[in-house]
Amino acid sequence: MSNLNSLQYFIPELFLIVAILVIIVVDLFLKKNKKIVSAYLAALTLVVTIFLAYQQYGYSPALLFKGMIVLDSFAIFFKIITALSTLIVIFISLPSFRTKAEYYVLLLIVTLGMFLMVEVNNLLMIIISMEMVGLISYVLVGFNKHDLKSSEASLKFMLYGATSTAVMAFGFSYIYGISGHLNLDVIQQSLIINQPQALPLFVAFMMVLAGLGYKIAMVPFHFWVPDVYEGAPTPITAFLSVGPKAAGLALLIRFLITLVAHPSAGNAANFIQNVSIHAPLLLAALAVATMTLGNLSALMQKNIKRMLGYSAIAHVGYMLMALVVFNNQGIIAVMFYIVVYLFMNFGAFCVVESLTDKLGSEKISAYTGLGYRAPFTAIAMAIFMFSLTGLPPFAGFIGKLYLFAAVINQSWYILALIGLLNSVISLYYYATVVKVMFLNRQENAPPLRVALYNKLLIGALLIPTLVLGLYWSPVINFTSRSIGFLFGK
Amino acid sequence: MIQLPSFLIISAIVFTLGIFTILYKKNAVGILMGVELILNSVNLNFIAFAKYVDVGINGQLVAIFIIILAASEAAIALAIILSLYRERATIDVTLVDEMKD
Repeated sequence: MSNLNSLQYFIPELFLIVAILVIIVVDLFLKKNKKIVSAYLAALTLVVTIFLAYQQYGYSPALLFKGMIVLDSFAIFFKIITALSTLIVIFISLPSFRTKAEYYVLLLIVTLGMFLMVEVNNLLMIIISMEMVGLISYVLVGFNKHDLKSSEASLKFMLYGATSTAVMAFGFSYIYGISGHLNLDVIQQSLIINQPQALPLFVAFMMVLAGLGYKIAMVPFHFWVPDVYEGAPTPITAFLSVGPKAAGLALLIRFLITLVAHPSAGNAANFIQNVSIHAPLLLAALAVATMTLGNLSALMQKNIKRMLGYSAIAHVGYMLMALVVFNNQGIIAVMFYIVVYLFMNFGAFCVVESLTDKLGSEKISAYTGLGYRAPFTAIAMAIFMFSLTGLPPFAGFIGKLYLFAAVINQSWYILALIGLLNSVISLYYYATVVKVMFLNRQENAPPLRVALYNKLLIGALLIPTLVLGLYWSPVINFTSRSIGFLFGK
Repeated sequence: MIQLPSFLIISAIVFTLGIFTILYKKNAVGILMGVELILNSVNLNFIAFAKYVDVGINGQLVAIFIIILAASEAAIALAIILSLYRERATIDVTLVDEMKD
């Protein structure tokens, strides 16, 4: 589709761009004590953007801007998810970032980057959109610039990020050399017709995995996670663990479909036979490494944000596990899990954010006796923890059920077994938090007053975590309808 | 007549040098220079492939975009390094370990 015609299918992004510019200008005219208005404007922008993106649902898949980006239901699903995650982050940030309009503008720009990430169809666009998300994330992580931890986290995030993106770009240059094209759908055709040698393609594939793996925090590209999660402001930690990760997974799925899935086999199931890069086995090994390392490292953590960081790595491992089978069932399971993960993970971080100021510490030991000091918050935290473990009747259980069902259906029994063992390990460190809160009692500790606003927010995240554990069919239906890919079918 | 493999070998050497720079430099700015080396090797690859494989301007366009990206990345990276330097008076990455267990 030509550039001018494409604009009518690009409305959510255009709206977002205009809104970003408007908020920047409006902020200049606001008085110091009225800066919070720009935060409300940002939240409003996101609500409208989600609505506009949902409006696109009926469109038939199309290539926009001469094949630079693609509009299909898969992209729209992830656009809604990423915009929703930014919206929740804005609500979590409201109490602590009252006067910083640029913070909310930066969040909106990241959202735009994530929108582009989930709908790319071009190697150059992949690099640009990932840099767009990456560069702004570095700034957001180091937003408290007088906080030493925040600056250090930002530095580490930036150095690792720049390196992995550069390596990924090098991989892209080889893919371009092998196929002679930049658009993913054309690359796929070229790979099928020309049957390139396996070695260069494998090298390129590994290099690209370095970049994408960094974005989703996959072992062995996870070094940045614990430090960045601990050092960053808590709302940003929550954001990094959901928004960019979902966008990265969408990009990974799209990229895998291009490079390793066969388009003529009826669905996106069959890995290309003529390119012997053993992608399923490779992904299985990475999934096992990711979840095992994440869970084992989380066992020893004293800081709750660090612990949640390692648990986030483990959850990526579970999702990669379902990507190994790489059929529609697996992809639907991953997408459903992201929805579930969004609510329970934001819930946990929201509890951490609302307690950090009151307790003056992020140590797990500071949560001692919380069940008696702030009962509602503690019970909510317990539910989020059990849901993250994957215990019934919470949403996390249903999410994991779908992941494991997808894996077992394709006879990857050992992989499923390792996943199951990992879930058992994870129970230990999640239950530790619950144990500290309810079984250990602090003598003479006064009750904690958690602000009503935080309680409402936690409650709003608690409801989906509970409801999706019992009644999840609307969401799974919605996910199943979103599986349409323009190519790779 | 210079052929495609010459370019690929040069860019592979530059890429390797970049990786080694990143691994061995302790100075944050030095690490950034390693990243720039890698990005330059990417550019070289794209331009060489554009001439010998694609016969279009796609690869050259990518190279221009990557130059711009490298510039913006350096701008943000230097800002972050500067803000750390103000706090710690060092940019040696081995000394920045506030959060090590």
